[in-house]
This record gives sequence, structure tokens and C-alpha cells, in this order.
Amino acid sequence: MGRYLLKRVLNMIPLLILATLLSFSIMQLAPGGPEKVLLAAEDATLDPSRIEELRERWGLNDPIPVQYVRWLGNVLTGDFGRSYFYRKPVSEVIGSALPATLQLQSIALFLTYLIALPLGIISAVRQYSKLDYAVTGLAFAGQAAPSFWVAILLIWGVAMKSNGLIPTNGIATPGVNFETYGWLSVLADRAKYMILPLTVMVFGSLTSLTRYMRSSMLEVLKEDYIRTARAKGLAEKVVVYKHALRNALLPVISISGGLLSSMVGGAVITETIFSWPGIGRVGFDAVTQRDYNVSMAIMLMSGVLTLIGFLLVDIAYVWVDPRIKYD
Amino acid sequence: MAVAAEQKTDKLYGQAPKETTQFQQIVRRFLRNKAAVVGLIVLLLMYLVAIFAPYLASESLDAMNIPARFTPPSLEHPFGTDNLGRDVLSRMIWGSRVSLSVGFVAMTMAVAIGSLVGAVAGFYGGTWIDILLMRLAEAISIIPVFFLLITVVSVIRPSIFNIMLVIGVTSWPGLAQIVRSQFLSLRQRDFTEASRAMGASDARLIFRHILPNAAGPIIVSATLRIGSAILTESSLSFLGLGTQPPLTSWGQMLSQGRPFLLQAPWVSIFPGLAIFIVVICFNFVGDGLRDALDPKMKR
Repeated sequence: MGRYLLKRVLNMIPLLILATLLSFSIMQLAPGGPEKVLLAAEDATLDPSRIEELRERWGLNDPIPVQYVRWLGNVLTGDFGRSYFYRKPVSEVIGSALPATLQLQSIALFLTYLIALPLGIISAVRQYSKLDYAVTGLAFAGQAAPSFWVAILLIWGVAMKSNGLIPTNGIATPGVNFETYGWLSVLADRAKYMILPLTVMVFGSLTSLTRYMRSSMLEVLKEDYIRTARAKGLAEKVVVYKHALRNALLPVISISGGLLSSMVGGAVITETIFSWPGIGRVGFDAVTQRDYNVSMAIMLMSGVLTLIGFLLVDIAYVWVDPRIKYD
Repeated sequence: MAVAAEQKTDKLYGQAPKETTQFQQIVRRFLRNKAAVVGLIVLLLMYLVAIFAPYLASESLDAMNIPARFTPPSLEHPFGTDNLGRDVLSRMIWGSRVSLSVGFVAMTMAVAIGSLVGAVAGFYGGTWIDILLMRLAEAISIIPVFFLLITVVSVIRPSIFNIMLVIGVTSWPGLAQIVRSQFLSLRQRDFTEASRAMGASDARLIFRHILPNAAGPIIVSATLRIGSAILTESSLSFLGLGTQPPLTSWGQMLSQGRPFLLQAPWVSIFPGLAIFIVVICFNFVGDGLRDALDPKMKR
């Protein structure tokens, strides 16, 4: 197991290099680099000599391979460069945005599993019941509804009619802090701001997980050993939750790895709509402002996250299914 | 018990079974799935509307009428008017041309690239070319697709053609993996061996013999992909990186209506509903096709 994991990790390195090289090349192909965006923001007249000066200072005139190798070398020493737009080190920019995203995403991920797995199991156990039809219908709806549309419906239908009770953007009410209000009201305040983004995110990611859980549970329930378990008189609960569930979880685990990375992409839209000051928004700004170093850092981060997701899937497989052995 | 068995035999042997081709069986299985059939009909209607847009839209794309701005849905304007007094329904009919064609073109591109890469990788499974192609697919798939999309689109000016291209070029890896696994098993079947023994070239084996056998999963995944490509286009347009004026798409209309949500929710809600309906129909049809093409996979 240990050797297998080591091999997997070593295999990831060329993948990450290829992925970052691709992203790097795509970004650098852009006509007009960060200096244009910056100078255009400062004043309308673009002085060619200043552009040249900035490009030279930032090393943007070097050939792309040279820039890539320099970037990679710096990253290996833990230096992600400076953000051209924020004029701060990239690690600071990301470090200040990451907690907000993690806070939202981890709760969303937790809620997704908490709701999707039981929903999938129940609708498989009671196949063709009213509940099953409702769950399946909901899953189809969640898969097809654009997240920004769901967000807009919620803002219009819920938030605007709640008399300001449910805020539509931001992360906390300014001025609500621990010192004057106490932790309970701070917590309530934070939760209030999370209602809408969480609903949108959970509704979006819930669906594929529910459908997977349902279909793999259905398949397992048809197996011979389940019939055996029932024949020897085990309680239905034991059959479903002890015998069937363990095997039905396997396919669900295998798609969980991808769920991690798709959340980073999903964050762009959710965070933009609800003005959530997280990685998704920073990433979107970085892309449109040509802030290469920030974009690259986010790409790399989410690539690593995806690979960690795959690795966790491998480990979880062994844990759920003792038949699987890696060597 | 005995009677039942007899009846069963009667059913099986009593009368000559009707000759049905495989295609007829697939069609019959598909028609039994109500959701899929309804989805297909709705989609056909929507595509007809898009094709005949000039005859159906009561107003041109940019017929402004400022005094009539923010008219709620009425007989004259079934979906109301927007901030410039433009008829929302007419704009949606025009916008359907962009939204619906993006899905098709992007899917065609993704399927072409994905099938080719998957076929070559699977056919030469285990060789350096397989490893190279699959590594490339994996590398692309670990980059967050949506982030990659906004990067590429902000680099090459957003236009519908570029959007189709980018969605197509970034969404093939998943399909390539499906096709590859099909090829890995099909290349060992007897019929492949037989044609190889008869001297068929690799290209002939890949395209004439194996690819048609892998068509089922490709068709299913293509159908589901059209829906997701339409969703992606609308997300990009929503962020302002998609379809640009004077053209319009449903995602763009939705985004334009956002600042006026309180006064005129219909400007955003109806285009979003259209996206929702189209995507859900593609998913219904895709699911129906999967069950019809491969009854063993029916869940």
C-alpha cells in the first residue's frame, strides 16, 4: 500500500508539470499582458516606454519556456511570485481569499453527502415509490438547472421577500464582531449570509451523487448474496445498511474525487453572484486582469487538489473493500 | 404453475416470432420511455423555432421601445419587455439560435476529437502512443475546466465561434476515456481478429470494424454533452465572457436582466427557464438512449 501510494504520487508530478505548462502557455498567448490592464487603469494614455519598462522589469519579454522554467523553479522554493494587480505576493492574495472559500465549500461538501447518500439509498430501497419519483425528478432538475438561474430565483423569490433577513451578498455584516456581540450572534450572522450560496451549491452537486448512490444501490440489491442475507432471515435494515451499503458505496467513492475539483470551478459563479470574497472571485479577476501569477497559482492549487482527491479515492477504496489490495 | 409454463412456451414457440432488426428494437425500447419521448419532441419543437426564428419572432432582435420598458408579461408581450423595451420572447427566439447551435457544434467537436484520441489510444493500448494520449487527457482533466475556459475565452476574444471551439476542445478527455475502454475490450474480440487475419489495415480495423461497435456509448455521451455544453455557454455568457452583443443567447439575456430583478424578474427568469428545459430534455433523451441501446445497463 505504501509503495503503491508513493508510486501514485510520483506519477502525479509529470501530470502536474504538463497541466501547468498547458495553462501557462495558454495564458501567455494573450495579446496584451498585465501591464496594459494596470496602466489603462492608472491613466488613459499608454506610454510605450512605460509599458516596455514594466514588461522588462517583470520579465515578460523573455521567451515563454524561459518564463515557465523560472516560474516552476520559484514555485519549488515556495515562491508563487507577485500579483501584478494587487501588488502583493500571490501567497498573500490567495491566503486572504482561501478561508472564505474553504468555509463555504467544506460545509457544502458535508451537506451534500449528508443529504445525497440517504436520499439515494431510500429511493433505491423504495424503487418506484412516490418518494423515489420525487427524488429522481429532483435529481434531473438539479442537473439541468443553471446554478446562476437557481441563484437568481432564490434572490428574487426568497431573499427579496424576506425584508433583508436573508442577505444576498457578502460574507458578514460589517461591525458584527466577537467583542461587542458575542460569538452566538456572530455565528448567526455568518450563517445568515451562507444560506443562499449553500443552497445553490448543494442543490447543484447533490444531484449526480444522489443518482449514483441510487443506481449503485439498486444494482447491489439485485445480487445473490443479498437474497441469501434475506433468506437467512436477517432484518431488512441489516441487509440494506450493513450488507448492501458497503458495496454500493464503491462507485460513489470513485466519483467523489472529481467532486472536489469541480467545486473550484463552481465557486467562480457562486462567489461572483453572491459577492463572496473567495478564491473563485479572485481567480475570475486574475484571469480577466491578466494577473498571470495569481491565475497560475490557482490552477496549480486546484490541480493538486484534484490529484489529492483521486488519491483519497484510492485509499477509501481499500478501506471500504478489503478485496482490493494495491502492491 | 403448469398452465403458466405452457402459456409461456406457447408465447415462445406457438407463433413465429416477428422478425425485428436491432434498430427496430432500439426504437421500440426508446419509445417506451415516456420522459425521453417527451424530451425529444420538445427539443424538435425548440430547434424548429430556432430555424424559423425570422418567421416566428414578432419583433426584430433590437427593436427598442423605451416607453414600453419593463412591461410585465401580457398578451402583447407574453414574456414582458426588458430595460430597453425589447420583447423578451422575440429576443429569446433569436437567442435560441445561438444557445442551441453552441451545444451541437461544441459536442460534434468534442466527439470527433474524443473518439479519435480514444480509438487510437485503445487500439494501441499499452504502447507509448496510448500512454502519451491518455496522459494528455488526464493533464487537461485535472485543470479545472471552467477556469480553463474563462482563461482561454479572455485570451481569444469571446465570440460564439470561439466559445464553441473552446468548449469542444476542452471537453473531449472524458469521452476519450470511454471510447478507449470500449476499444480495449473490442480489439480482442473474434471479429477483430478475423478481419486482422484477412489483412485489414489498422485504419480499416479502427474505423470500419471497431468504431461502429462502440457507437452506443458515444451517442449517449454525445447527447448528454450537448446539454452540458449549452449550460457552459450560458455560464460564460452570464459572466460576460460568452456571446457578445449584437448577438444574444439565453445566458446573456439572463445576465442583462439581473440588475433589474426587483422591477422586472421576467427578463431573467424566462431565459433561464428555457435553458433549464432544453438541458433537462437532452438529459432525458440521453438516458432514454442509454437504456434503449444497452438494455443490460438499465437501472
